[in-house]
Amino acid sequence: MSRLIFAVMMLITTPSAWGSEAVVQPLLQQYRSEGASNFSAAHGRQIWTTTHVDRRSGKEISCASCHTSDLTRQGRHIRTGKLIEAMAPSRNPERLSDPDKIEKWFRRNCRSVLGRVCTSQEKGDLLMFIQSQ
Amino acid sequence: MKKNRIWMGSALFAICLGTAVSGIAMGEDEGEWGDRKWSRQGYLREQGVAPVSDKRYASECGACHFAYPPGLLPARSWRRIMSDLDEHFGEDASLSRRTKKVLTRYLVHNAGDVRRDEVSRKLLRRLSAREAPLRITHLPYFRRKHGEIPSRMIAGNPRVRSLSNCQACHTQAARGVFEEETVRIPGYGRWHD
Repeated sequence: MSRLIFAVMMLITTPSAWGSEAVVQPLLQQYRSEGASNFSAAHGRQIWTTTHVDRRSGKEISCASCHTSDLTRQGRHIRTGKLIEAMAPSRNPERLSDPDKIEKWFRRNCRSVLGRVCTSQEKGDLLMFIQSQ
Repeated sequence: MKKNRIWMGSALFAICLGTAVSGIAMGEDEGEWGDRKWSRQGYLREQGVAPVSDKRYASECGACHFAYPPGLLPARSWRRIMSDLDEHFGEDASLSRRTKKVLTRYLVHNAGDVRRDEVSRKLLRRLSAREAPLRITHLPYFRRKHGEIPSRMIAGNPRVRSLSNCQACHTQAARGVFEEETVRIPGYGRWHD
């Protein structure tokens, strides 16, 4: 009986994790082939909250400025005020479900926030962090 | 005699009904109903602007900001904006070449100087053909209409933040309606010039 309950629980709780797993694993593999290794959610969180000076406004900004540091919550674009849906796959199953979208937003947002493209290591760490939320 | 009158009455009624129904049918298409022109999409051409009809545009551009109806800028402005997406108002909004081409075509074909809906005509009035502004908020008509609103209601308002956040106050913006009666400023309510 308890095994049955366990199986049902697994079925209920895992689909979103499975969804992102199927997308994230191949990306991590690709980053490894580019020289990255030992991806860490803790490092990802650090990257997420580390601030950089915005060349345009002179303000300190980070990923969390628009997405907040609690990924289960809605964010708000700092310039346009537009609401941004939660980044956590546990809250928003659409997140980490499309590899092209992931690369597109890494390309755009790393340049907008860090002022440069992210390294494969940074991207892997960020994926681990976002996926764990 | 009495029977004849009933027949006449029925015939008259049928004619009236037919006219009314065809009037409604016309109203749903491009045509006149009363003194207002309704477009195929159901917005008032005499008061509004065609709402965004391209799903791709809505999702790509609407991810970061209100998906501005193409009729809010002239075609030459859209071309300028789409040619510099790597530096889109200080942010990288780059797209794949294919997506960029598809979206540019949509914007240019539905631009304000092409469709000439009421809002477009007002916005582009007094704009010389040499000017290709990058911001809707810089258009003369836009400035006049928003100039008197105190900044505490916009920049200082956490639920608005920017004049570019149309739908924060224009409750019917997604339908292409920007009439004053539809404005509700969060925390302040109605607005009158």
